[in-house]
Amino acid sequence: MKVSVRVNGVGHEHEVEPRTLLVHYLRDVVGLTGTNIGCDTSSCGACTVLIGGESVKSCTVLAVQADGADITTIEGLADGDRLHPVQEAFREHHALQCGYCTPGMVMAAVSLLAENPDPTEAEVREGLEGNLCRCTGYHNIVKAILAAARVPAESAAS
Amino acid sequence: MTAVEVPPRVVGTRLRRREDPALLTGEARFVADLTVPGTLHAAIVRSPVAHARIRSVDLAPALALPGVVAAYTGEDLQGDWAATLPCAWPVTADMKSPAHRPLAVGTVNYVGDAVAVVLAESEYAAHDAAEAVVVDYDPLAAVLDLEDAASDRVLVHEDLGTNVSYTWELSPDPDAVERAFAEAAHTVSGRYVQQRLLPSAMEPRGVLVVPHPFGGDFTVYSATQIPHILRVMLAVTVGVPETSLRVVAPSVGGGFGSKLNVYAEEALALALARKTRKPVRWIEERSEQAVSTIHGRGQIQHIDLAADAGGRITAVRVRLLADMGAYLQLVTPGVPLLGAFLYTGVYDVGAYSFSCTSVFTTKTPTDAYRGAGRPEATYAIERAIDALAREMDLDPAEIRRRNFIPADRFPYDSVAGLVFDSGNYVAALDRCLEIAGYEELRADQARRREEGDPRQIGLGLSSYVEMCGLAPSRVLASLNYSAGGWEAATVRVLPTGKVQVVTGTSPHGQGHETSWSMIAADRLGISPGDVEVLHSDTAVAPYGMDTYGSRSLAVGGTAVYLATERVIDKARRIAAHQLEAAEEDVRLVAGQFQVQGSPDRAMPLAAVAFEAFTAHNLPEGMEPNLEASSHFDPPNFTFPFGTHLAVVEVDTETGAARLLRYVAVDDCGNQINPLIVEGQVHGGIVQGAAQALWEEASYDDDGNLVSTTLADYLVPSAAEVPTFETDSTVTPSPTNPMGVKGVGEAGTIAAAPAVMNAIVDALSTHGVSDIDMPASPQRICRAIQEVRP
Repeated sequence: MKVSVRVNGVGHEHEVEPRTLLVHYLRDVVGLTGTNIGCDTSSCGACTVLIGGESVKSCTVLAVQADGADITTIEGLADGDRLHPVQEAFREHHALQCGYCTPGMVMAAVSLLAENPDPTEAEVREGLEGNLCRCTGYHNIVKAILAAARVPAESAAS
Repeated sequence: MTAVEVPPRVVGTRLRRREDPALLTGEARFVADLTVPGTLHAAIVRSPVAHARIRSVDLAPALALPGVVAAYTGEDLQGDWAATLPCAWPVTADMKSPAHRPLAVGTVNYVGDAVAVVLAESEYAAHDAAEAVVVDYDPLAAVLDLEDAASDRVLVHEDLGTNVSYTWELSPDPDAVERAFAEAAHTVSGRYVQQRLLPSAMEPRGVLVVPHPFGGDFTVYSATQIPHILRVMLAVTVGVPETSLRVVAPSVGGGFGSKLNVYAEEALALALARKTRKPVRWIEERSEQAVSTIHGRGQIQHIDLAADAGGRITAVRVRLLADMGAYLQLVTPGVPLLGAFLYTGVYDVGAYSFSCTSVFTTKTPTDAYRGAGRPEATYAIERAIDALAREMDLDPAEIRRRNFIPADRFPYDSVAGLVFDSGNYVAALDRCLEIAGYEELRADQARRREEGDPRQIGLGLSSYVEMCGLAPSRVLASLNYSAGGWEAATVRVLPTGKVQVVTGTSPHGQGHETSWSMIAADRLGISPGDVEVLHSDTAVAPYGMDTYGSRSLAVGGTAVYLATERVIDKARRIAAHQLEAAEEDVRLVAGQFQVQGSPDRAMPLAAVAFEAFTAHNLPEGMEPNLEASSHFDPPNFTFPFGTHLAVVEVDTETGAARLLRYVAVDDCGNQINPLIVEGQVHGGIVQGAAQALWEEASYDDDGNLVSTTLADYLVPSAAEVPTFETDSTVTPSPTNPMGVKGVGEAGTIAAAPAVMNAIVDALSTHGVSDIDMPASPQRICRAIQEVRP
């Protein structure tokens, strides 16, 4: 089947097996391997990407279901050499260790802050429930997201 | 003399990690991200039964599918192995170890045991084909319960004649133990169950072997913690000369011990790349990992304490029954021994005996999981000392105070035969209680008890000491471990003055690139940004013992430090020659070699390096270039310690336990980068708390693992845990020149007993004195009901 998507602003069109998961399409066909696979039951969130600005676990979607979608992966978040404020906050607050859950965690955080720009700690923790990390104990991830929320909108946008 | 501006020391600062940008942008390459044209994808056919004879394996239906290139059974590959999969720790001379082939031959011995392998042109095709293979099994009885296994009622491996792999004892003075129990004013006994755990690194395992058929070489890319050990072991197992193997650990997404192994799939990928002359790739799926990657823990612990009338512990007696699983993996039998020296904990105990019986079961092999033996030991002694406090009606903080090894007794000769390097246990306890506001918490607890609040709170203390910095090679020899415990480093100053550090450690989240650059830069007086750190590739870093057991800083970091010192010594000789000064008058200040008393006579490190490179004017007889190595074998372990306090609210009506607060005071000696230290503690706490509250690899009566997905095996999310309150005390180690100890496992070691002590404390007025882990709502409700009159 044919699938046509925009990924990080670039158009792609491919023939894929109908059963191809979006995450496999992004990694193996488009060649963007930043989106990681951590499980096979949509539990871990490592494969989280944005579709139309909202976070989606890309292992829960068939590539063909995403036909026509505008997708952002971790590779599309930084502006050239300049990290996105959420990426910057993760670095500043040591919110990653092995870094395997990080792309999904960052995408989930970006989506969370888009929906709720001024979350409480409890809201951040609940909002991250679908993304597992085995290294950080979440302490610094929560701290980083709360800090990113405090970055003035204009400096984040500029 | 003009004042020289000395740059601030970088060691001890919260330098942000250099590893992060690549990981934050998706640029980092994990093994599953690597692609080589022409790669064959491997999928493994695994046993769905716990114990059976293999009657037949029919590969034909798989081979008939499109895209399938080859398929093999265990019988087919019999001639491809030079040896069985390795166990490097034969703890006793008569230890029983079954032959462990990468693919089973004759029988399968656990659910997940590998039976056949399929190679196909795509991952999807390989998985389809693996499902098409038809295996006919003749089922045998499963062996699941440890006590039943020890009885030899049903044998896992008939040829061994017993399920007992070994019995190991440490009993320096049995009479003293007997005497102490005979004379004790108080005794307490505990039977604690260490449930099996799934290490659950977020990156599953994976391996890609690329052959170079005409050169005869292979490059092995593996999600491993141990590229160096893996290279040696693959050479031995698959029969490829060590010189023909290059092992690379690319970005590795966590390990926690689960990637400290030599796995069947790594040997298979190498053997099949040799056979097919094509790159072979295998990537583990999560539900496959549950059965194919080692499990942690799996012990039944019996511990008895004897104490005098003042509550001072006079003897500790321990009997373990340890679950090896179906086979011995790399260090499976050694895990209980790593705990054996620590069952007396942080306490000054005069008499001790330990024995461990290790048995085979029809389950996934166990092996080292974060802490490996030390969390188990700490759990037993910390649960038991709380039981003693209850028996004597003493506060848990008070009973610990009465028993701590006093700060003035270090170095301390422990009854188990180790020398604890340094410690100040009471200081860590005091600081922890102060941060927590212990008295107010006790008052809150008393109020809730008085009011009959259905939501009770419990306070759980855990004071721990661990042995890190694995390990003095002579000690490993005395424990029959097959290798040494040293670590290697090379430091070279390049012609432009930039510095390369080559390390034998193999980080997978610990931030060694950042920390090692700090160590070298700090000594050389340059910016850490001018130091690159090379690792995890046997072609670049030929010597190494890799990363596990909180060893990397205390052993590998020390090697970096010592190699840097050697570079400085040589550079000083070159500078003295160039500056026409006596060597002893030349000092390294802020990255400049200066003649003492003549600050205008100086050479920056870069200029010295360039002189060493051109070799135009070096001291007579000196070899060119500025490079030095160190192979550091530590004279002793290091002994980090601390006290943690968990505050848990238990709903006595629903059985729900919630972690309200968690205070951790850890002492890992001097800290290179406190940001990284704190991160290690946070993650460790959640893994330990998860054992106490949520995680369990549970089997049904037929030997099927029932928790095979992250929906069933409850790795906690951010919503289940609080923000932590952490602090540290600093008691430098005298074991190494930087005074460092290691911190990778501390949180995990301390947390499980802290949380469980808190739950028991919350329910003690209900008459509950013990609950098994994980303390699920069902278990808590049952415990309350069982003691209800």
